[in-house]
Amino acid sequence: MASLRDIKSRITATQKMGKITKAMQMVSASKMSRAEQNAKKFVPYMENIQEVTASIALGSADASHPMLTSRPVKKTGYVVITSDRGLAGSYNSNMLRTVFNTVKQRHKSNDEFAIIAIGRVGRDFFKKNGMNVVLDIVGVPDQPAFSEIKDIASKTVGMFADETFDEIYIYYSHYVNPITQTVTEKKLLPLTDISSSNKLTSYEFEPSAEEILEVLLPQYAESLIYGSLLDSKASEHGARMTAMSAATDNANDIISSLSISYNRARQAAITQEITEIVGGAAALE
Amino acid sequence: MKTVKVSVVTPDGPVYDSDVEMVSAKAASGELGILPGHIPMVAPLEISAVRLKKGSGTDFIAVSGGLLEVRPDQVTILAQSAEVADEIDVDRAVKAKERAEQRLNDNKKENIDNVRAELALRRAINRINVANKK
Repeated sequence: MASLRDIKSRITATQKMGKITKAMQMVSASKMSRAEQNAKKFVPYMENIQEVTASIALGSADASHPMLTSRPVKKTGYVVITSDRGLAGSYNSNMLRTVFNTVKQRHKSNDEFAIIAIGRVGRDFFKKNGMNVVLDIVGVPDQPAFSEIKDIASKTVGMFADETFDEIYIYYSHYVNPITQTVTEKKLLPLTDISSSNKLTSYEFEPSAEEILEVLLPQYAESLIYGSLLDSKASEHGARMTAMSAATDNANDIISSLSISYNRARQAAITQEITEIVGGAAALE
Repeated sequence: MKTVKVSVVTPDGPVYDSDVEMVSAKAASGELGILPGHIPMVAPLEISAVRLKKGSGTDFIAVSGGLLEVRPDQVTILAQSAEVADEIDVDRAVKAKERAEQRLNDNKKENIDNVRAELALRRAINRINVANKK
């Protein structure tokens, strides 16, 4: 049996760890609610831009744009959103496993696709596995402003425009609730699945539909990336909060079972001491 | 006086929401004035100031490009960034202006950085102008 002091030090160590995980859980909880708010604030913009895009792209027959038409696929781009830091449960591993299996299934060689990594974990994973990471951004803040990811978003869209990629998919974690996040695949470009729930408005174009699409479509694609990022951030904090609360629970379980062994060991030591004293006294008589 | 509902939305959230009598904005093809009851229209905007005329005065908003969407009862401006005149951080805009000018002076040759620096410069100047108008 472990000595009293060993058990004591394990209890203290576990208690300290429990404090850390508890603190991380609370930090993530507050970050998550902020991230949720950010995602909500973004909704009106997305809805508006989606409606306008749908009205123009579907409403006027003469409006055509390279971003709306599919072309033969020679190279595919995958935008993968992960976190920068670990300790978020299965948040990153689910994402990376899905993407890894998908690309293995869809492509025969590593030349047929490339990765655009948002987040350190994803970047390191794909580099380690010998995949081509063309663009990466790490250190995205927990409350990202649009300006902070505009650069990578417009570069990504630019890579479709200059035909580096013939299609681009985005992988992000959709935030369902703090416990559930689902890895979601969305086709970013070409924009073939634009739909609108509302009745389409027919607009006058100033100066022309083509020129408006020229401005609108990149903006729309960039907002899709930003929206996915906001969704992922909320998921990340949700996943981390859940993972840390599980860790805190586990720490408490360990502490209580260790306390029992500690008390038993202490009791055993006392009993032994009494037996020794009694034995000693008996020997003197 | 008839009014039209105006909302300015950016990816970082709605910036402005109010009923106004007239919207004037600078589109790529020239200045536009929108009154209530305008036919549905879409136009791309320049980096410029949007003027919103209300009974009590005029509100100015600095927009960095984006789109103007008009419906008979609603005008929506979709911009990647936009600020109401009161909320502009003038110090930051002045610094951004200096930075952009510096960058333009440093590399004279035509490249993508130059284009971006020029856009940054125009955004900064626009912000400063709008902030001074209020």
